[in-house]
Amino acid sequence: MTTPAIAPYQSEMRTGQDGFAQLLWSEWTKFRTVRGWVVAIVLAGLVMVGIDLISGGECGMQNGGSLTTGCPESLGPGGEAVTDSFFFVHQPLASSGGITVRLTSMTGSYSPNGSPGQQAQAPLQPWSKAGILIKANTRQGSAYAAIMVTGSHGVQMQYDYTGDVAGPAGSVSATSPRWLRLTRAGDIITGYASADGTHWSKVGTVTLTGLPSTAQAGLFAASPAYSKPTNQSITGSSANGGPTQATATFDRVTLNGASPGSTWNGTDIGGPNGSYPSQGGAYRPSADGFTVTGSGDVAPAVPGGPTAQGSVTQTLVGTFAGLIAVIIVATMFITTEYRRGLIRLTLTASPRRGHVLAAKAIVIGAVTFVVGLPAALAAILVGQRMMSASGLPAAPVPALTELRLIVGTAALLAVAAVLALAIGAILRRSAAAVTAGIAMIVLTYFFASPLAVLPAGAANWLLRVTPAAGFSIQQAYRAYPQVVASYTPTNGYYPLAPWAGFAVLCAWTALALGLAGYLLRRRDA
Amino acid sequence: MIQAPPAQRASIQDKPRARLTGLRYALHAEWTKARTQASTGWLLLAAIALTVTVSAVVASTVKCPTGHCAEDPAKISLTGIYIGQAIIAMLAVQAVSGEYSTGMIRTTLVAIPRRGTVLAAKAAILTGLVLVTGAIAVFASLLAGRLILSGNGINPAHGYATLSLGDGAVLRAALGSVLYLALIGLLSLGASAAVRETAMAIGIVLGLLYLFPIIGTAAGNSELGRHIQQIGPMTAGMAIQATTGLRSLPIAPWAGLGVLAAWSAAALLVGGLLLRMRDA
Repeated sequence: MTTPAIAPYQSEMRTGQDGFAQLLWSEWTKFRTVRGWVVAIVLAGLVMVGIDLISGGECGMQNGGSLTTGCPESLGPGGEAVTDSFFFVHQPLASSGGITVRLTSMTGSYSPNGSPGQQAQAPLQPWSKAGILIKANTRQGSAYAAIMVTGSHGVQMQYDYTGDVAGPAGSVSATSPRWLRLTRAGDIITGYASADGTHWSKVGTVTLTGLPSTAQAGLFAASPAYSKPTNQSITGSSANGGPTQATATFDRVTLNGASPGSTWNGTDIGGPNGSYPSQGGAYRPSADGFTVTGSGDVAPAVPGGPTAQGSVTQTLVGTFAGLIAVIIVATMFITTEYRRGLIRLTLTASPRRGHVLAAKAIVIGAVTFVVGLPAALAAILVGQRMMSASGLPAAPVPALTELRLIVGTAALLAVAAVLALAIGAILRRSAAAVTAGIAMIVLTYFFASPLAVLPAGAANWLLRVTPAAGFSIQQAYRAYPQVVASYTPTNGYYPLAPWAGFAVLCAWTALALGLAGYLLRRRDA
Repeated sequence: MIQAPPAQRASIQDKPRARLTGLRYALHAEWTKARTQASTGWLLLAAIALTVTVSAVVASTVKCPTGHCAEDPAKISLTGIYIGQAIIAMLAVQAVSGEYSTGMIRTTLVAIPRRGTVLAAKAAILTGLVLVTGAIAVFASLLAGRLILSGNGINPAHGYATLSLGDGAVLRAALGSVLYLALIGLLSLGASAAVRETAMAIGIVLGLLYLFPIIGTAAGNSELGRHIQQIGPMTAGMAIQATTGLRSLPIAPWAGLGVLAAWSAAALLVGGLLLRMRDA
C-alpha cells in the first residue's frame, strides 16, 4: 500500500524581501502616497522663490541713514564690487622705477550730515589712509598697489582692493615721521617702510598682472565714511554718520622712472558725487612735497558697509519659510505613525528599529535635498534679477561661492529635515516636536539676529553653538578687517566659517538621531 | 445586560450640572477637559518658567556701565514673551487639534451640536487660563528685570526710572503683554480649528509669528520692510512693549495690538466657519 505523497501547502505569493533597499522603498512609498506631505514639500520650495518677488532694495536706502548717496558701479580686477574713491596726486610711471616719500603729519575731520544727538568722534578714522600708490590708470576699479599710514593700524600695504599686508605699527607726527617707498619692476611692486629714510624694511611684494607699461604713481589720501554701529532690529533701525576727510603732509618726494617733462596732476578719483560718501579732496604743493586732502576709501565694497550694496544671501531669505514647511513634514513623517498606530506595523514588518529610522532619515533627507536644490537655484537667480530691477544689484560673487550657496542651502534644508525627524522620534508628539524643531533653528536665529536685544557677544555665541549655526553656509561675502561695516547676520555675515557652521548643525543632527535610535530601541512603540 | 437602578438614574438627572444648558454647559465641559488634562498644567508652568528665565537671562546680558545706552528697560524685562508665546500657541493648538487626533471631537460635537458654541467655550476657557498665566509671567519678569537691570547700570543714577507699574508706559507694556499672549492663544485656536492637524497648525502659527520679522529685516530699512513689520502679528503686537523710542516704532503700541487682534479675529472666524461646514 502506498499513499500518494502530499505536497505541503505553499502560498503562491512571493516572499517579501527584507533588505534595507526594501525598507527604503516602503518608506518612500509612505511619503509619496500622502498627498499633503508632497504638496507641503513642493510648497516649501515654491515659497523660497516666491518671497524673493517681494524683496529687493533701493539705492540710497540701506542703513536708513544719510550715509548712502548712490549705487556702486565699480568692479575690481577680481570681479568683486569695490570702492575706489580717493584723492590722487600722480605722474606717469614707466615699467621700471619707484617712488619715495616722507610723511610728517596726518589729521582728519568729520562733519556729520546734520544727524542730531551726534557724539564727538575722533576725526581721524581707524582706516583713514595716506601714502603712495601705483595704479594702472585713473579709472575706478583698476589694479593698484599702495603703501600707506593708517589712522590707527600703522603702516599697511594694500593691493587690488582686497589684499592687505600689515607693516610696522605706530602713527606719524613731525617728530616721528614715516618714510614709505614703492618700487616697480614690470608687474611686480614692492613696498618698503622706514623710520629714518636709511634703514628700510620690506613690507610686501605683489604682482599686478597686466599692469600697463605706463602706469600712474603718486601720493594719495582717503578717509572712509564714519558710521555709528547700526541697530538693525525689528523695532526700527538707527544709523548715523557721514563722510570724513584725511589730510596728510608729504615731503622729500622722489620719483624714479617718470616720463621727462611730465608734472604732478591732482585727480579726485570717484569724485564728490560718486557712489561712496565723500567730501572730495584737494592738494597744495609745498617746498619739496605736497599737502593732500582726500575723502573716501580704496577697499572692497561689502553689504552692510557705507555704500548701498545688495547681498546674494538676501535672495535666500525664503529658506526660513521653506525650513518651517520642511520641519512640519519631516516631523509628521514619524509622529503620524505613532498617532495612527502604524509604527507597530512598521516595526513588525522590519524589527530592526535602527534600520527603520535610518531609512526614514535617508528618504526625508533625500526628498528635501532634491526639492531644495532647484528651489535655492531659482531663488538666487530670481532674487538677483529682482534686485537688479529695483536698482540695487547684489554684489557679484565667484561662481564657486554661488555653487556653495545653492548646494549648501539644499543641504541645510535636508539636514534640518533629518533633525526634525529625529526630534519627532524622540518626542513622538507632533505639537512638541514641531515647536522644538522650529525653536532650535528658526527661533534661535530670530533671537540672535532680527530681535537685536542680545549684545553682539551673546548673539554670536547663539549662532555658534545652536543648530542655527547652519545658516553660516549662506554667507556670500568675506568680512574684511580693513573695512568698517556692520558685519551682522542680517547683512549676511555669521560668526562661524560656512562649512564649520554647517558642521555644527550636522553634529546636532547626529546627536539627535543617535538619541532617537537609542530611544526607539529601548521604548515600546 | 445590567441596568442601573431607577433611583440612581434619577439622581444623575437631579444633579445641578445636568441642568446646565447652552454656553454654560459647554464652558463647564471645556473647563473639565482643560483641568483634567495633565499637559495643560505642565504647559502653563513651562510658559511661565520659560518667559521668566529668558527675560532674566536677557536682562543680565544687557550692561550699561556708562549710562549712555538706548535701552528700553520694560521691553528688555519682557523679552521672554517672544519664547513663552510658543508654549501658549502649543496649548491653544492642542485644545482643538488634540481632539481631532484622538477622535474626541466627535463626542464633543454630539454632546454640544452647536459648533460655534464649542469654539466660543474653548476660546473663553483658553483666554482665562492664558490671562492668569500671562499675568504671573509678566509680573515675575518685570520683577526680575527690575532687580537685575538696576545692578547692570540701568538705574536712577544713570537717568533711568526704576521699573514700576506706577509708570503709565510700563503699565501699558505689562497689561499689553498679557493681552498679547491671550490674542496669540486665540490666533492659534482659530488656526487649529481651520487646519485640524496639530503639526500643520503649530507650524503655521509659529511661521506667522517668526517669519515676518526675519523677512522684514532682510528687506533692509526700506518702506517695504517697515510695511512687513506693520502687518506681522508678532512684530505689530509686540509694539505694545515699547516704553521708549516710540517714534521709531513701525507702528504705534495700541494700533499694533489691534493688528494682532485682527489676525486673531480672522483666524477664529475662518476656524469657526470651517468647523461648521466640515464633517468632524
